[in-house]
Amino acid sequence: MSDLAPGTTTLGKALNRALFRALDDDPKVMVLGEDVGVLGGVYRITDGLQARFGANRVVDTPLAESAIIGTAIGLAFRGYRPVCEIQFDGFVYPAFDQIVSQLARMHARTNGAVTLPITIRIPVGGGIGSAEHHSDSPETLFVHTPGIRVVTAATPQDAHTLLRQAIACDDPVIFFEPKRRYHVKGEVDEEAAGLPMGAARIARPGDQVTLVTFGSLVPTALDAATAAADERISIEVIDLRSLSPIDFATIEASVRRTGHLVVAHEAPQTAGLGAEIAATITERCFTYLEAAPVRVTGHDIVYPPARLERHHVPDLDRILFGVDRVLGRVPARAELA
Amino acid sequence: MFLQLLDENGTRHASPEFDPLVADLTPQHLLGLYRDMVVVRRIDAEATALQRQGELALWPPLLGQEAAQIGSGRALRDDDFVFSSYREHAVAYTRGVALVDLLRVWRGVTASGWDPHEVGMATPQVIIGAQTLHATGYAMGIKNDGADSVAVTYFGDGAMSEGDVSEAMVFAASFQAPVVFFCQNNQWAISEPVTLQSRVDLADRATGFGIPSLRVDGNDVLAVTAATRAALARARAGEGPTFIEAVTYRMGPHTTADDPTRYRDSAELTEWQGRDPISRLAEYLRAAGVLDHDVDTRIAGEADAVAAELRAGCLALADPDALTIFDNVYAEPHHVLERQRAEYAHYLEGFAE
Repeated sequence: MSDLAPGTTTLGKALNRALFRALDDDPKVMVLGEDVGVLGGVYRITDGLQARFGANRVVDTPLAESAIIGTAIGLAFRGYRPVCEIQFDGFVYPAFDQIVSQLARMHARTNGAVTLPITIRIPVGGGIGSAEHHSDSPETLFVHTPGIRVVTAATPQDAHTLLRQAIACDDPVIFFEPKRRYHVKGEVDEEAAGLPMGAARIARPGDQVTLVTFGSLVPTALDAATAAADERISIEVIDLRSLSPIDFATIEASVRRTGHLVVAHEAPQTAGLGAEIAATITERCFTYLEAAPVRVTGHDIVYPPARLERHHVPDLDRILFGVDRVLGRVPARAELA
Repeated sequence: MFLQLLDENGTRHASPEFDPLVADLTPQHLLGLYRDMVVVRRIDAEATALQRQGELALWPPLLGQEAAQIGSGRALRDDDFVFSSYREHAVAYTRGVALVDLLRVWRGVTASGWDPHEVGMATPQVIIGAQTLHATGYAMGIKNDGADSVAVTYFGDGAMSEGDVSEAMVFAASFQAPVVFFCQNNQWAISEPVTLQSRVDLADRATGFGIPSLRVDGNDVLAVTAATRAALARARAGEGPTFIEAVTYRMGPHTTADDPTRYRDSAELTEWQGRDPISRLAEYLRAAGVLDHDVDTRIAGEADAVAAELRAGCLALADPDALTIFDNVYAEPHHVLERQRAEYAHYLEGFAE
């Protein structure tokens, strides 16, 4: 793969370059996963890395997700900085015990003596018309797990910068990749310092509604803001970037100006990130809110077959419907009952 | 059948293959292993007593498994690394873990009794079999580093049914990682006998993964030493993983919270007491002329002194400060947790005089 100087590239290639730079900068960085070597990953995110850095550093593993994480833990004990790929969101559950019971706890378990600087890359979310177990949004399971950080990116620049920050971080980081946005293009400056890993980003300023989302839904939210502007509704779009910890300060500052909060995500609604953000912002900004926060989310259903997924994944119209609800332009949910 | 160099009566049996591996062990060396086993049995008894007296929350006794743990643990080098289960107190002892550090976790005052990097042994693992993957990964790192140290993982017969152990053997074989799988088959996983876990000898399982295996008398410290040395030598020579099944017996309960009389026959315990790992070595050493009443009395006195030190150290362990629960959850600053810590500190201050 050719070096990509500052310029336009895809989100997927921005990730590839981040892995290349991390492997090149630090001999302790390794990449482990299924099909990451010879094939370059099913989404080609690791394309060319094994050829450049060798099979000892870019490792095609047997098909065992628990072992990918478990052996990465052992490698980190030995001083390595592994980057694991879980091939699809729905394939992470066999590794759940190693993530929750081992990876997340080892630093606390050892009273800080052992750090596990492990990054777990996971393509996430739906909208690609795929088979079962290829479209999940399991972020809340990890956000609810103390000891790990969770981040996701919506732009090629953030994808590049955040992945390098995640790899450099001494805590375990789950890095969710917005798989249906792998092909979006944008400017990437590999040398840009960027925002800190834990910081949210104002993707579009506005002053009437704060719309919080992340990952694949950020472009949808921006489209919604553009459409709303035609009706003279000003939406501020916040791209969370960090799902754990959440940058509440940025959301608070926005809500204090707008008085309206909408949170959108693909994952099921109950106990999702929308619930946590709505609850925390209500606790901290109650007197600033002019209406109850509104969540626009996936339903509490098993992810539907491909021909029905458009009824599950929030789209532009459902986000605008949420904006209308928070502004009192349609009957509130309680009144619908 | 298994490898046995010292039978239950203390009779030495020759093995052309394994004798050379323990040829350097003079009777005086063996007396050192005997002392180790007496001392760790005494530590175990004292810890059990401390739990009965309410000074420890829980204790998983190692009674009966002294030879398996001392024989293997003493075969390791300082630069080897151990990933164990929660019953390997004697292995920790061989790694140089301080006496009181053996008890900290079980008193409930900390999550780890020691710094894994200082002693070359991870914090004992509670999730069954999970540590076998960590050892395999560590061994992959050793191989990448071009070093000749070895990762050794301890687990039990029950763990053999866990997916993580199978996955660890797959990875270890695929990458020819320098790891030793040391399975203490103590016959019981709480109430479930090994026959429920496997229809074949556990050592035979490894063969299917392409990992050479040894089945040894786990109550024979000499055989355990020989088998462990053989496995370590293979790993150091770049020949990959080895699986050892040490056939032993958990003479006590699973933990101090367990009552084994509910699920096993006392006749079985009596039978295994006849194969005791310490008494057979005592017989051998008496015949060799290095153990007599005076030496035994001296060693028992040393064990009692260790137990007294252990008890005093345990009783001196104070509860940590409340706010330390927020420490070390993350290695880097975390603003949400810092806020929760500040809020809880403020709450606690409300109770201050």
